[in-house]
Amino acid sequence: MNTEVVRQALYEVSDPEIPTISIIDLGIVTNIEVSDLGTNVTLTPTFAGCPALRYMEVLVENKLKEKGFPNPKAKTSFEVQWNTSMITAEGLVALKKHGLAPPPPTTGNDYAELLKHMPCPHCNSTNTEMKSPFGPTLCRSIHYCKDCLQTFEAFKPVK
Amino acid sequence: MNISEKGFEAIKDLLYKMADDQLIIGHRNSEWTGLGPILEEDIAFSSMAQDKLGHAQALYDILSQMGEGDSDTIAFMRNAEQFHCCHLVEYPIGEYEFSLMRHFFFDNAELLRFEMLANSSFEPLTFLSRKIKGEIKYHTMHADVWITQLGSASEESKIKLQNALNETWSLALGIFEKGNFEDVLIAEGIFEGEDALKGRWLSTVSGILAKAGLRIPENNSVAPALGGRKGKHTNYLQPLLDEMTEVFRIDPAAEW
Repeated sequence: MNTEVVRQALYEVSDPEIPTISIIDLGIVTNIEVSDLGTNVTLTPTFAGCPALRYMEVLVENKLKEKGFPNPKAKTSFEVQWNTSMITAEGLVALKKHGLAPPPPTTGNDYAELLKHMPCPHCNSTNTEMKSPFGPTLCRSIHYCKDCLQTFEAFKPVK
Repeated sequence: MNISEKGFEAIKDLLYKMADDQLIIGHRNSEWTGLGPILEEDIAFSSMAQDKLGHAQALYDILSQMGEGDSDTIAFMRNAEQFHCCHLVEYPIGEYEFSLMRHFFFDNAELLRFEMLANSSFEPLTFLSRKIKGEIKYHTMHADVWITQLGSASEESKIKLQNALNETWSLALGIFEKGNFEDVLIAEGIFEGEDALKGRWLSTVSGILAKAGLRIPENNSVAPALGGRKGKHTNYLQPLLDEMTEVFRIDPAAEW
């Protein structure tokens, strides 16, 4: 049994708030160790205050139990700092599928510029404006599209 | 660099003041939930509150790993005199302009503090700071935009902001009150120190305030509100703690 098998199994665990994206594509699984003693998975939070953290540890452990991995343990660590470039190409597509504008690449010092004209996930227009850098969850901002006249949310770029 | 025994005491002191600041300002920010002057501000303050509480928890978790007990117990079972937060975060939310000015001063200091700690010799704090500094930028961006826009909007908004600034200035200077281990923190490469932080903060906030057409009080004309870091607090803190911990104290062992 190797780590790749565990990784494949974790594709079946989705973000609790965004069911279209798996935690692997979200980039929050930073380490997998398999030994005779058990299976250890390390997660890194998208946002340090994310309330879904403990819940995601449980989701991971349950999935691995279900798949028959011995003694699965998931823990959260800040040793690797998550940023939005860790979302895979498939992950970006999955976010859009959920109606969220995917995060553009960031240097970490350009948030204000990036959020100004986020592409609308419904009609792809960039004739949009930011309403608030804060949304219903820590990782989302709120925008308005002046072309299709819809309010939409974006996944905030973070570095 | 190896950290000495004294260094670990110094780190605990630093973590307590940072975590307590986060917990208390987080609680205050959450008091805007349902009351914001506009919906977006209601959401913004609520969202920032959630961030701050998460940051507080992550900092208490480090203390917990250092043997200080369980994070919930640290957060909820102490009295006011055992808290190390600065007076700035304790004040009631007041009018919106007070909360906005407090948020502007506090979050700019916080961002700079985490940026400095991203290079700390104490690894757990380094990792956490590298993470948090990317998130806090959204807080400072929010504060900076509102201060700049309201400062140059109308005569009324300008006067309100200037009054809020005058009221908040001494409290804001209290953020940089030194603990008992300042020299240890600096000597062991844990933290560059409050003076260095204050210098950077002054340069950042004065630039933005100048853009907003607001004036900071003359040098040395206002004494910083001190005492918070040593357990001496305003009368606002204990009632806040009583309210915050009411449910926890009824049954500390309850499963959520």
